[in-house]
Amino acid sequence: MSERKVDEETGVETTGHSWDGIEELNNPLPRWWLWTLYACIVWAIAYTVAYPAWPMISGATTGMLGFSTRAQVAEDIVQHEAKNEALVAELVAADLTTLPPSSDLHRYAVARGGSVFRAQCSQCHGSGAAGAVGYPNLLDNDWLWGGDIESISATITHGVRNETDLDARYSEMPAYGDIFAEEEIGAVVEYVTSLSSSEFDADLAQAGSELFLDNCAACHGDEGLGDQFLGAPNLADAIWLYGGDRDALTETVTNARFGVMPAWGQRLSDVDVRAVSVYVHALGGGE
Amino acid sequence: MGILEKHAVLEKSPTLLFVFSLVVVTIGGIVEIAPLFWLENTIEEVEGVRPYTPLELTGRDIYVREGCYTCHSQMIRPMRDEVERYGHYSLAAESMYDHPHQWGSKRTGPDLARVGQRYSDAWHVDHLIDPQSVVPESIMPKYGFLANTEIEGEHIEALLSTHRFVGVPYTDEMIEQASADFMVQVDPFGDWDGLVERYPGAAVSNFDGQPELTEMDALIAYLQVLGTMVDFSTFTPDASR
Repeated sequence: MSERKVDEETGVETTGHSWDGIEELNNPLPRWWLWTLYACIVWAIAYTVAYPAWPMISGATTGMLGFSTRAQVAEDIVQHEAKNEALVAELVAADLTTLPPSSDLHRYAVARGGSVFRAQCSQCHGSGAAGAVGYPNLLDNDWLWGGDIESISATITHGVRNETDLDARYSEMPAYGDIFAEEEIGAVVEYVTSLSSSEFDADLAQAGSELFLDNCAACHGDEGLGDQFLGAPNLADAIWLYGGDRDALTETVTNARFGVMPAWGQRLSDVDVRAVSVYVHALGGGE
Repeated sequence: MGILEKHAVLEKSPTLLFVFSLVVVTIGGIVEIAPLFWLENTIEEVEGVRPYTPLELTGRDIYVREGCYTCHSQMIRPMRDEVERYGHYSLAAESMYDHPHQWGSKRTGPDLARVGQRYSDAWHVDHLIDPQSVVPESIMPKYGFLANTEIEGEHIEALLSTHRFVGVPYTDEMIEQASADFMVQVDPFGDWDGLVERYPGAAVSNFDGQPELTEMDALIAYLQVLGTMVDFSTFTPDASR
């Protein structure tokens, strides 16, 4: 670090380091590189002045441009909603029972409802709405609580057997494991099987039929056709929510079932509830 | 010879180099970390956020143990598409009692910040035992063993005390009652008034549908409270945050 040393061959200053007589040239950095570095430093300073950046004593600098992520997302939502404003207002005011299936509004409702369904409902009812064991299929015309648009809308708004909405659909089958003897359960299961199947033990079913009339018919009806007002399923068709083989039926009669659906009126906007109701109604089974 | 040429002094002495490196890292640390302790707008005040109940806290430990955070984030970002799919964007206050927070950065599965009360308890049981039974396209592994693993909360007071040590406002009463609160949260027929008084809005339910208290109960209790504490009808976002 004393006087500057200059390499004789090239005329360039050396760093002064020497290894076995080999010295390192101290070439200056390329100009373009240096200017890029300075430009980046200037950009960084300008950026922290323009945007929120520096932590101060009780808050951070807010930046000259007044940028805020929250304001941005709020504005984004407002802008997006403005695009559909007219259709949304129309859908909220519309009488869904008389909405013509070919109208623009119906198409909008189905498209909007479809995206709500895929985001919120598909986890239980399936992305194609075919349901799963314990979660109803929404494509067929077998409905537990009614398949007209108003019933569907009420089920979505208030849910089923949840504790958050007092107007939730509610029914509770007793667990007959505490009431019937094992043979009696077997007989009732056989009778219920006989309602929708041709393969059953006629004597056992006959014994079950009396028990059915005394205990089950009040909700499921004398013919086992169910009652949508009570949320009692139709037992005479081949559509089963929890399975229709004897094992599944024995489990159902013994321990009862208690499927719960959240009250979506508390989570979704009015227009989204209406849209998804129209969507479900339009899936094929709507009445 | 300017100051810039003095660096040779540092470069030739490992001790000095270490000391001065430490000074530089300390300055960086102070600038980045220290303000968080007094910046008033780091965590805005919102109504409703409470410490986890003993059972929820245990469920949270199971969530961490099973590495749920490696596939599920708990952070709804302030973007329109996320808000539409998951609900209101996450607030810092909603994870202020999380040690450590479960924000995550990887979404193989969906974000869980607001999964609470979105599905029934029975759905969670079905889904944890066999995710493909309800979501056929899912690649989530099966967690049915949770339903076979009974727990009795033997270290629950210590768990709450530890969380109090790092700043969660558990009261003496909460820690005293931890064991009882732990048990009663899965018993809708039990005396859970005290639990709900100490932890407003806590859901009391036999989460897994079995008579035994299992890890499944704890995990579902935790999942069902996620994102449900803040009442957004009383919340006005401060745009400056």
